[in-house]
Amino acid sequence: MSFADIFLLVPASPLLSGLIWLVVAVGLLYLARPAAHLAIAAASRLLHHACKLAARSVMLAEQRLKQRNNEVLLAAGREAAERIIEREFERIDASVRRDLAEYPALQRQMSEAITRLEQDYHDSSEVPPEPPAWAKVVDAVAKIAPKEPVVGEILQDIHDSMVRAQRAAIEQYRNDNSKRHRILSRMMPLWRRVAQVLGEMDKRVNRLLERSTAIDRHMTSYEDILNRSPRAERMLSSSSLTQFFIAGFVLAIAIGGAVINFHLIARPMQEMVGGSSYIMGYKAANIAALVIILVEVAMGLFLMESLRITRLFPVIAALDDRLRVRMIWVAFAFLLALASIESGLAFMREKLSQDDASLVASLVGQGEAGAVAANLWITTAAQMGMGFILPFALVFVAIPLESFIHSSRTVLGLLAQGLLQLLAFLLRLTGNVFRHGGNMLIRLYDLLIFLPLWLEERLRARGKPAEMAVTDDAVATEGRS
Amino acid sequence: MKRVFLLLTAAATLLLSACSDETTHSRGVYMLLDTSGTYTKELDKAQQIINFVLAKLQPGDSFAVARIKTGSFSEKDIIARVTFDGQPSRANLQKRQFREEIDKFVAGVKPSAYTDITGGLLQAVEYLDEKSPGRKTVLIFSDMKEELAAGYVREAIPLQMQGFEVVALNVSKLRSDNIDPREYTDRLAYWRQRVEAGGGTWRVLNDLERLEALFID
Repeated sequence: MSFADIFLLVPASPLLSGLIWLVVAVGLLYLARPAAHLAIAAASRLLHHACKLAARSVMLAEQRLKQRNNEVLLAAGREAAERIIEREFERIDASVRRDLAEYPALQRQMSEAITRLEQDYHDSSEVPPEPPAWAKVVDAVAKIAPKEPVVGEILQDIHDSMVRAQRAAIEQYRNDNSKRHRILSRMMPLWRRVAQVLGEMDKRVNRLLERSTAIDRHMTSYEDILNRSPRAERMLSSSSLTQFFIAGFVLAIAIGGAVINFHLIARPMQEMVGGSSYIMGYKAANIAALVIILVEVAMGLFLMESLRITRLFPVIAALDDRLRVRMIWVAFAFLLALASIESGLAFMREKLSQDDASLVASLVGQGEAGAVAANLWITTAAQMGMGFILPFALVFVAIPLESFIHSSRTVLGLLAQGLLQLLAFLLRLTGNVFRHGGNMLIRLYDLLIFLPLWLEERLRARGKPAEMAVTDDAVATEGRS
Repeated sequence: MKRVFLLLTAAATLLLSACSDETTHSRGVYMLLDTSGTYTKELDKAQQIINFVLAKLQPGDSFAVARIKTGSFSEKDIIARVTFDGQPSRANLQKRQFREEIDKFVAGVKPSAYTDITGGLLQAVEYLDEKSPGRKTVLIFSDMKEELAAGYVREAIPLQMQGFEVVALNVSKLRSDNIDPREYTDRLAYWRQRVEAGGGTWRVLNDLERLEALFID
């Protein structure tokens, strides 16, 4: 029995059959209305609550993630601040060792200079000239009777002697003054020296003060981080994002360098490992070239780690200093060897290219020499240079790599947080859609059976006045009784 | 400790050797040169094609050139054959030697009375199956008109060409084709049918300017 057979209740008239089916369906829907309303409402409530619950769980997960991100961020910030403060203290230590180690020498220089100055000062002090003894003699002679001619002569002699003594004293005084001036002029460089030493000391002390100011600033940030202040969190988050993008950009440049490096050595590698062997679908020569580049990057990481520029491997950082220095030399030796190998491979690449060009030229009938270009040594030298330099350039990948790894933890956390927030929003939205969708379905249901509903309402409206009249009569009877 | 190290080394070697494969990525090319009648005059074009193929083949690939004559199902008809060394410099040397052999052959070739294309194809299949490269290509430099000497049985032999790509190059039109072009199309259709019935693919490449199409994967 086909669908058409069931559908066509009146075989000749599909329209009439359709109408009958419609009436039956509307009738059934009308009868099932209260149950259907309840079912729709219950289903919509259930879905709404389920979505709400899921959204709440997601938000809780987001909160936990946020807390974890903050922990990671603050831990990273604390570590960075500790490292900076440690470096500042190392600098201060170096500065104190370098500058203040000379302090005793400077002090000795100063004391010597001051002693000499004191000596010179004493030497330059002015001794008052003694009054001539003649003055008393003159007084005694002057008291003798004035009419004595001998007295006049004596006085004349005394006068002459005094004039002579006066001249000698003036001469002596001038000589002494000149000596004092010489001593004073000798003091000038000593004063300059003292001023210079004092200036130098002032400069060194100022440098130390500047460093201590920087340490104060870093310590303030460090305390902020330890106190988990919102300001510190904001600053660290923004700094982490900046670091992520900068490090990503530098890494992209480094990857570009590595790709160039790869192309320099992949072709000549075929001479070493063969051009026809494949490992897991990839040319063995390409894999070998890639391995060499990765080994260079690894050596660079070890070198940077041993130099304590990066801190990706705590084991290396914790190594004994002698062992660490040995490791630096070993990593550098490997790098040097690999750079030399790459340089050789770059040379080989050029030779192979020439050979290929020569072969192709001979195959197309240009002769073997037709393909050899002039000034070929320039490209050969450039390729060899690049082959030698690029491994060393790749060493510095360690620095952006460390920043990228550290900042990516925060950035990925933030990204996951954003995704969870979005998911929670979508779940809430879906929940609301279910709730209001349930109401809408109930209305649509009623719309489908609007005819029986209308009839029901009409019948109810007609029955209402009669009911009301009966009620009024009952009230009146009760009142009378 | 030493034993563990040895075991690890052995395991790594086994793993790498299991992963490494040389044949599946290589290509094997077998070229048949028609030396019957006046077609020998076209051999300079064949030389161009051989040079082109030589320039395109990579270390590890195999290449053989054989002539089509009265009876071509014979290793003696292979003019030159080579499997290029893994080292590019060695491979280039082999290519130079190969070209010299071909030049020598072209200079001294004598036209044959009959054209046993089927025999040549059977030889090509045998050679390439033996080499088992990743891609097998048979190039036929011929007008594709088979003329067999009395007693040679070729018609009833089915070609087993699964995984083979057959390219007919420089299929020149004969005087009779000009009179009735259906002969030409029927001839090509016949070979197409035979190759495809054997499981291979068939292509015709008459424009030698488009030889690059031979190496498009």
